Amino acid sequence: MRRVYPNKDVCIGCHICEVACLTAHSASNDVVIAAKEEVATGLQPCKAVYDKGQLSVALSCRHCDNPSCVSACISGALYKDQETGRTCYNEEQCVGCWSCLMACPYGAVRRNVTKGKIIKCDLCEGREMPACVQACPNNALVYESR
Amino acid sequence: MSYVIIGNGVASVGAIEGIRKVDTTTPILVVSEEDTPTYGRPLISYFLAGKIGLDRVSLRPDEFYEKNNVEVKLDTRVAAVDTAAKTITTEAGEVIEYKELLLATGGVPFMPPIKGIDGSGVFNFTTLNHAHMLLDLSKRIHRVVVVGGGLIGLKAAEALRYNGLSTAIVELGSRVLSAAFDDVAGNLVAQQLEDKGITICCGTTVEEILRTEQGEVIGVRLANGQKLACEAVVVAIGVVPSLDLAKDAGIAVNRGIKVDDNMSTSVEGVYAAGDVAEAPDMIAKEGRVTPIWPNAFSQGYHAGLNMASEEASPHPGGLPMNAISFYGLPTASLGHVNPSEDENCEVFTFTDEENGVYRKLVFRDEKLIGYVLVGEVDFAGLYTGFIRFGLDITPDVKEELIAGKPSALLWPEEEFDTKWTPAAE
Amino acid sequence: MLFKPISQNFSDFVIDRENDRCINCEVCVRQCSYEAHYWDDARQCVSHDHTKCVGCHRCEAFCPTGCLTIKKNPADFRDNALWTPTYMKHVYKQGDTGGILLSGMGSPADKPIYWDNLQLDASQVTNPSIDPLREPMELTTYLGSKPDKVSFEETSDGPKLTTKIGPQLKLNYPLMFSAMSFGSINLNLHKAMAMAATELGIAYNTGEGGLHPDLYKYGNNTIVQVASGRFGVHKDYLNAGSAVEIKIGQGAKPGIGGHLPGEKIDEEVSKTRMCPVGSDAISPAPHHDIYSIEDLLQLIYAIKESTEYKVPVSVKIAAVHNAPAIASGIVRAGADIVVIDGFRGGTGAAPTMIRDNVGIPMELALAAVDNRLRDEGIRNHASLVVAGGIRCSADAIKAIALGADAIYIGTAALVSVGCTLCGRCYTGKCPWGIATNEARLKKRQNPEVAAKRLANLVRAWGHEIQEMLGGMGLNSIESLRGNRDKLRGLGLNETELDILGVKHAGR
Repeated sequence: MRRVYPNKDVCIGCHICEVACLTAHSASNDVVIAAKEEVATGLQPCKAVYDKGQLSVALSCRHCDNPSCVSACISGALYKDQETGRTCYNEEQCVGCWSCLMACPYGAVRRNVTKGKIIKCDLCEGREMPACVQACPNNALVYESR
Repeated sequence: MSYVIIGNGVASVGAIEGIRKVDTTTPILVVSEEDTPTYGRPLISYFLAGKIGLDRVSLRPDEFYEKNNVEVKLDTRVAAVDTAAKTITTEAGEVIEYKELLLATGGVPFMPPIKGIDGSGVFNFTTLNHAHMLLDLSKRIHRVVVVGGGLIGLKAAEALRYNGLSTAIVELGSRVLSAAFDDVAGNLVAQQLEDKGITICCGTTVEEILRTEQGEVIGVRLANGQKLACEAVVVAIGVVPSLDLAKDAGIAVNRGIKVDDNMSTSVEGVYAAGDVAEAPDMIAKEGRVTPIWPNAFSQGYHAGLNMASEEASPHPGGLPMNAISFYGLPTASLGHVNPSEDENCEVFTFTDEENGVYRKLVFRDEKLIGYVLVGEVDFAGLYTGFIRFGLDITPDVKEELIAGKPSALLWPEEEFDTKWTPAAE
Repeated sequence: MLFKPISQNFSDFVIDRENDRCINCEVCVRQCSYEAHYWDDARQCVSHDHTKCVGCHRCEAFCPTGCLTIKKNPADFRDNALWTPTYMKHVYKQGDTGGILLSGMGSPADKPIYWDNLQLDASQVTNPSIDPLREPMELTTYLGSKPDKVSFEETSDGPKLTTKIGPQLKLNYPLMFSAMSFGSINLNLHKAMAMAATELGIAYNTGEGGLHPDLYKYGNNTIVQVASGRFGVHKDYLNAGSAVEIKIGQGAKPGIGGHLPGEKIDEEVSKTRMCPVGSDAISPAPHHDIYSIEDLLQLIYAIKESTEYKVPVSVKIAAVHNAPAIASGIVRAGADIVVIDGFRGGTGAAPTMIRDNVGIPMELALAAVDNRLRDEGIRNHASLVVAGGIRCSADAIKAIALGADAIYIGTAALVSVGCTLCGRCYTGKCPWGIATNEARLKKRQNPEVAAKRLANLVRAWGHEIQEMLGGMGLNSIESLRGNRDKLRGLGLNETELDILGVKHAGR
C-alpha cells in the first residue's frame, strides 16, 4: 500500500503540510476559515512537524501493519481495513478515552479537545494525493509503496 | 476442524484478526458464556454514565463474525477441555474437536470475605450485564458505596454519580489508583472526583455490609468504625483469572495460565491470552498477569498468528498501560511507575497544581521504563515509543523528556530511519 | 522604527500583510532568514519589520493564504535625475559603516543590453525553414582546439586520416553551468548541477572551491577550475574533470580577487578547499605566478602535463577594454578554450562600485575577440565560450551568431531553482537555500528537485534554439557559429554596429 514517507534530509520545517492538512480536514475547505474559525472549535492537523536544531521532519500516522492504536481502542473506532491496509478511524464510535494516544509509540494520535475525540491521519480519504504531500514545497514528503 | 476460542472478549477478537491475517479459510469457533456479541468492555462505564447508547458498545461491526467465517456460540459454558483428544465439551454435553485452542476466558471479579456480602444489593462491574443491572438500580436508589479505588471502582463511581447517586469509594490503600499511579497523581484524580461530589475513604476497608432483617442493604461499616449509609454496594477490587478449565485439563498454571512469548501454554496446540494469561512482561522480563485491554488484544493477535502459522510471531511482551479520564481530567500511565528504592531507578516529576498537570518519568539503565501523565497527555505516545522500543537515552535526550518535550527526532538516528523512512523498494 | 539608525528606516521594500487573510501560521516567520517577520508576543500575532526585508519574496511564495505582498517602498525622495535613491542610500550606508559597499549577483545598472538591440533572421520562400520536430537538428558542440587543416595518407584500404585532434569536451547542448564555487553556493546545488549536467550530457564548472569527494563520480561532466587561491587543487582534482579551467578574472569584479568569509568555511567546505575551518578563504587579485602571457603558458602546460594532455584547458577572463589582445595571447599560450565573462556576470560578493563600473558588455567583447582571433588566423586554435548575463535562449543563440561556441549560464540556472536576484548572497543567509551553507537553509534546495529544474531549463532552451535554428533554415548549431549575417541591429550607432559586425535592420 502507499504510505506517506518523510525525508528529514530535505524537510525545511516550513509547516505548510500542517496548514494543508488542517484545510483538507476542515468543514469549510478554506484555509483562512479553517485556521481562524474551525481551529477554535477543536480542528487540528493530523500532521506534526518536529524541529530539533537543524533538523525538521513532518510526521503522521504510519498506518502500521499491526498497529498499537487498534489494540488499545476500546470502542472499535480504530480498525484495520483489510483491503486497503489503512488504519481507519470512525469518529462516531470514538469515546475519547485516549488509550490509542497513549499506546501509539509514534505519537501519531492527537486530541480534538472540543469534541472529546481523537484526530488521526486518514491519508486524505477522497483525495488522490494526501494534502501534506501535495503541499510540500521541497518533496520532503512522498506518497509511495515501500 | 476449526480453531476454537473460548471467551469472547478483546483477546478473542485479536485472535480472530491474527488468525485471519495468516489463514483466511479454516473456520473459527468462538464459545462464550456471555449472551452478547463482543463489546468494548471498558465502554460499560460510558454506557452506565449515559454517554453512549447500546448501539455504540459493539467492538466490531455486526458483520465481523460472518465476514471472518467465525461461528459464535453465545451463552454456552465449556465444561471441560481434553488436550489429548483435542476436544472441548460444553455444559450441554456437546463435544467439539479443535485444530488449535485458545483459552481467552478472562477473569472473574474477586469477592472478598466480607460479612454480609452474600445476598441482594451487592454488585460487580465487569460486564455489560452488570452495567444493565446498575442502571436499573440507579433509578430506584439514592446512595451507593463502591469498594475498591482502582480503575474499575473509580469509573463505576463516576458513572453512578452521573446517574445522580450519592457515591462513596472505600479503598484499603493510602490513595486511589495505587497500582497505576503514585501519590501525587492519585491525589489529583481523587481531588477531581471529590470536586464532583464523590466521597473517598482511603486507608480503610468495609468490614460489614449492613442489612435490614429482610436482607436489604442499608449501609456499610468500615474498619475505622465509620458507617456509610447506602442501598447498594459495588465490589470492584480486581479480577482473578478464570483458571478452572486449564487446571482441570492439566495445563500449567501459576497466578494465570503460564504461556511463553508465543502465547503457547504447557500443552501443545493450546494457547492462552488476555486477563487469564501469565505472559512475559516487557520490562520485568518475567511472567505477569497484566489484565489490561491493549495487552489482551495484542496477546490475542499474536496467539492467533501463532495458531495459524508455522512461523513463530513472538509477542513483544506485556506492558502495563492505562489511559483514563475522570470528569474530563485525562490521565495516562504506562510501564513501571512505582519503582522501589532498591531498583536503581531515576524518577523525575513535574507538578503544576494550578493547572492540574503532573508528569512523572521513571528511568533505569539509560532507558525510560515508565511514566504517569495527568492533565496533559498529548505527548503520551512519544514517551511510549521510548519505552516500547527500549531506546537509548543520552543526557540531552533525557533533559528534553524531563522538560516535557519528547520528539521522534530524539530517537537514535538509525532507529528513526528504520521506523520512519524504510528504504524504497 | 524605534531603536534603529535612522538611515536604515529608508527601507527598500514594504511588507504588505492582508490581515484578514493572515492566519498567524508563522510560515513567513520560519522562512525569512533576515527575521523581517516575527511572532509578536505582546500582540499575539505575526508581525513584520520592513527595514529588514531584502525583497527576496520567499515569504510571499510560501504564504499559504497568499496574504503577503512585498512591494517597493513607495516613499519617494524628491525627484533628482542625478541623485537617485540608490546613490543616496549608498551614502547613508557608508556614513553608518565607513566600509566598502558590497553587492551580490550581476550588475543591475541601467546600461546597454545589446541582446535587446539584435534581431534574428528567418527563412522565407528562397530557402526552406526546417521543422525540428520532423527533422534532425544538431546541437552537439565540441569544445577544444581544432586543427588548421586535415591531412590524410593513402593506404591500401583507402585514404586514412593522419591529423591528430586535441582533446575535446563534448556537449549535447551549447550550454554549460557557470563556475560557482562550493562555499559560495552549497553542496546541494553543486550536486544538483552535477546531476543535471550528467543527465543532459553537458558540463558544469566547479568554480574555485574544489570538488567535494561525493561529486567525483560526475567527473565526465565536470570542469574543474584553478583560480588564484588554488583552493582544493591537487592532482586527483585536476584529473577528476573533463576539462580544466584557469580563472584569471570574473566579469562581476574584474581586477580583484575573492573573499569567502570564515563563517562560510564549515567542515565540508574546509575539507574540499583544503583550508582551515573558520578561516577566511582569500583568492588574490592576480595569480602570483602569472604576470605575463609566458607565465600563463607555463601554468597551462603544467596542467596539461598533469592531466597527460587528455582534457582541454580553458582560460577565463573578464571582459575588459583590451580583451581581444589578451584573448589572442591566451590562445597563443596554448589554451584550448577561452572564456569571456561580461560585466553582467553574477557573483556571490563584489564591491558595488567595481561591479557596476568596471568591465565592458560581453556582447561587444565577444564580437571583438572573435574578430581578432579570426584576423590572426587562430580562431580554430581555441573554442570561445561566453558568460555573464544570458537570460534566455534567444540571448544564447545571438551569442552563438556573434561567434561563441558555447555559453555558460549561472544566474539563469540559479533563477531556475528559485533565486529572485535579491542580491544579498554575501550575507550567507540566502532564504532560497542557494548562497548559503547554513544547515537549515541549504536544505531548502533538494538536490533532486533542483537537478530536475536545471535539466528542464536547459532542455527548454534547447528546444527553443532548435526552433530558431530551423526558422533560419539551419539544421546544425555549427552553421550559425559566427554567422553574423543572421543578425541585424536595432537602434545601434555606427560604432556599435561596426564592433558587433552586424548590419542595421533594413540593410
